[in-house]
Amino acid sequence: MNRITLNNVTKVFNQGRPNEYAAVRGVSLTIEPNRVTCLKGPSGSGKSTLLSMIGCLSRPTSGRILLGEQMISGLPERFLTDIRRHTFGFIFQQFNLISGLSVLENVILPAYPLAPDHRTLMKSAHELLERFELGHKAESPVQWLSGGEAQRAAICRALINDPQILIADEPTANLDTKLSHAFMGQIAQLRKLGKTILITSHDPVVFDSPVVDSVVELQDGAVLQEAVDAA
Amino acid sequence: MLLNPAIMALILVSVVVVLMLAMATGFALQVLRHWDIRSGSELQLRLERRTYLISTLMSWAFAAEVVSLLLFIYNAESMSGQFVGAMCATGVLNVNPWGWPTLFMKIALFFGGAIWLILNALDNQGYDYPLTRLKYLLLLLIMPLVMAEAYLQLRHFLELSPDVITSCCGSLFSSDAKGVAAEVTSVSPAVSMWGLYLSGTAVIAAGLFYSRVKRGSAVFSLLALIAFGFALVAIISVLSPYIYEHPQHHCPFCILKSGHGFAGYLLYIPLFFATASALGVGVVGPWHHIASLTSAVNTKGRQLVHVSVGLFILFYLLATVYVMSSNLVMQGVWW
Amino acid sequence: MNFIRRQRYLVDYIISSMLRRKGKNLGLMLVYSLIVFMLASVMLFTHALKQEVGLLLHSSPEIILQRMVAGRHDFIPASYLEKMGRIRGVTSRKGRLWGYLYDPSVKANYTLMVSDEQALAATEVIIGSAIARARGVVPGDYISFRSFDGETYSFQIKSLLDHETELVSADLVLLNSKAYHALFGMPEGVYTDIVLSVSNLREVPKIAEKLSQRLPDTRPILKQEILRTYDAIFSWRQGILFVLLAGAIMAFVIFAWDKASGLSAEEKREIGILKSIGWETSDVLHMKFWEGALLSLLSFFIGYLLAYLHVFYASASLFEPVLKGWAVLYPQFQLSPSVDGLQVATLFFFTVFPYVVATIIPIWQVAVTDPDAVMR
Repeated sequence: MNRITLNNVTKVFNQGRPNEYAAVRGVSLTIEPNRVTCLKGPSGSGKSTLLSMIGCLSRPTSGRILLGEQMISGLPERFLTDIRRHTFGFIFQQFNLISGLSVLENVILPAYPLAPDHRTLMKSAHELLERFELGHKAESPVQWLSGGEAQRAAICRALINDPQILIADEPTANLDTKLSHAFMGQIAQLRKLGKTILITSHDPVVFDSPVVDSVVELQDGAVLQEAVDAA
Repeated sequence: MLLNPAIMALILVSVVVVLMLAMATGFALQVLRHWDIRSGSELQLRLERRTYLISTLMSWAFAAEVVSLLLFIYNAESMSGQFVGAMCATGVLNVNPWGWPTLFMKIALFFGGAIWLILNALDNQGYDYPLTRLKYLLLLLIMPLVMAEAYLQLRHFLELSPDVITSCCGSLFSSDAKGVAAEVTSVSPAVSMWGLYLSGTAVIAAGLFYSRVKRGSAVFSLLALIAFGFALVAIISVLSPYIYEHPQHHCPFCILKSGHGFAGYLLYIPLFFATASALGVGVVGPWHHIASLTSAVNTKGRQLVHVSVGLFILFYLLATVYVMSSNLVMQGVWW
Repeated sequence: MNFIRRQRYLVDYIISSMLRRKGKNLGLMLVYSLIVFMLASVMLFTHALKQEVGLLLHSSPEIILQRMVAGRHDFIPASYLEKMGRIRGVTSRKGRLWGYLYDPSVKANYTLMVSDEQALAATEVIIGSAIARARGVVPGDYISFRSFDGETYSFQIKSLLDHETELVSADLVLLNSKAYHALFGMPEGVYTDIVLSVSNLREVPKIAEKLSQRLPDTRPILKQEILRTYDAIFSWRQGILFVLLAGAIMAFVIFAWDKASGLSAEEKREIGILKSIGWETSDVLHMKFWEGALLSLLSFFIGYLLAYLHVFYASASLFEPVLKGWAVLYPQFQLSPSVDGLQVATLFFFTVFPYVVATIIPIWQVAVTDPDAVMR
């Protein structure tokens, strides 16, 4: 089980130019494995930037990020990507499914660069779709899906490489309250499977949910309040 | 002469390759000045992204150079009809003093490019890119070669005048003539056959040793270069007479013609790629001690050594087949 | 193994992606194929012509000997055949009679030549098929020529010349030597030129040297030289056309660059998504490489095939006037199909290579999209 440790992490944009600004400044925190952590804060508080650094999507300007024992903050993109696709699964605010492709094709996309055996890949994709009640929609184009179905398709895609850690950026922003609750139910299900889950949100349905183990509040790129146990 | 399409294509390629390399070199200078892998600054991120562009440019430039080497010989071959005295590529290369240097420069670039790409591929496997400075320094060295090649080739084509009566392979590769080609030709068949097979045995043995023990990469590369030299000598002095079934015909280009079953391609392609991979082993081997590269050196070194030894074996087998199946008997000449 | 499987996944993805953007890719392919088609037509055509000429000259004599008077080509006395003496290596020698005749009715020059082999009667001729077409005559018909002194002579057409050699035989008229003398009023005992056959090509220059020593007022023309000249002329004409087409290639390069860099927002978003879900820059580069490779291969194949059909089945109707010559009597003939590695390689460098180079930077620019771009 990998704990994620952040030590004085800073991310500066437009370095050396007049519009230079620090989206994240001096954040230190620890994310425990096998739990659901929520990063909470208004938009512009730097939670997405922080999330992208934890998820190996980008590199901090300074500071260290450790994934278990491994330092990931200094790695070039080539190696970050390698870690990312084995370790992290992503669920985005707009679902970010590729329209024109079927649900099944969208779900298996993250596996392409890893080139698993095609039959094994198909089998695990169908299993995932069944688990999230999308088996009957496997061949439909994603643009025909309802909001809830698209969300579940995005979850299936995040899980296709069987990652240890799941990252969700504002997952309920495009869902109504009922679907948001359903989403938290799915998160609970994943937690039972032993996944570590990291969510950013300013939606009370998320951070007040009993599923969430701890909440980290951010403001202006710094931690306001750490690890308030929601339970 | 410049309006011949193949010549225009060759000049176009050399100019474009020079431009591509110029871009890569400009970037290499930036890297040498600002590279700092530990920094997370935006400049460093930009530099890292630019490395992808350089790799792509270099791969394409290399691919273009390989095809242009083939096209150059092929074109010389087909233009031989336009020069008095030329019967094959040799005659066209002899028309002016720039022909042979162009060919040699193209061959040098083939090996130089292969070495750079192998080094680049190795460096990309170490998470801290430990060889970055080295490889961009090397790039600065390749740049003048590319420019020289473009210049030599341009001179060669500009000065191709059909009035020149040139000498062809018959006179160049004959043991009575003077010069390097003649000396190579007059190497006694016995010496070159022994050289061919002994150097071949040595390089294959060194390759197997390296793949077992993971040591001796430099020795393997060196032996491969020696074997490459002996192979070229043997092709001129012994193998081509066997293929032509004519004891006095020594030309290393005529074997590329269809009349001889394209034997030349079957011999040259394995030989060149075997040597390039062997040089790659020598380039990869010494970085074993760098922690981030140890495992990459092992896998890459093994792959390259296998490819190289395999292609060398293929080359020697083919050479033997040509000798055995030829109707020319040199009994008493070398055995 | 893993590498190949990965490439297969990437190819799989790019094919489905290209099929989703049929319009854009079809446009590019159309232009691409057109460029390949034009260049390939020029190359195939000149190459075939070169071969044709080579085949024709194959059976022609190694040396043609002309007499020069005041720097101009003049009749050569029959006595020169004796005067030149025996030369080692010459297998046969004979005098030829030929000349040009202008026919005002079709505004064209015919080449009249005396043929001994054909055993023609004084009133019979054999004509090239282009003349037959121009005059609308068939074997058995009569054809009349006006002689030097204004008389008109009629000849019966015995047969037409072989279709295969039409490139040079189009305007040829074979006739009896008596008829020849009647038409041109030439004195007896002279020839237009003398031809010599030599069996060993290496002896040709030596023989030519001897000829010009023994008959100082003559000029030997060597077959090798003619071949060389033809070779150079065809390469040159091909080159000129290529220079003219350079503009088209340039336009194509700009078009390709534009297509590659002007990705729609949709496509950019797609690559952003791929990067965010775990594709690496080099995966995107490889995928784009396959896109270019498939597109190039397909366009190259289509363009080349069309050019092949155009040249060998439609007689290169688009380029004929530029490349073939300036005669009024256009030969009409089927070129024998031939494809040559050098040509394909050259063509590749004129089409695929510029395309690749033009797309490297735009592709790289989109491939290095920030992986977290979709989160912003």
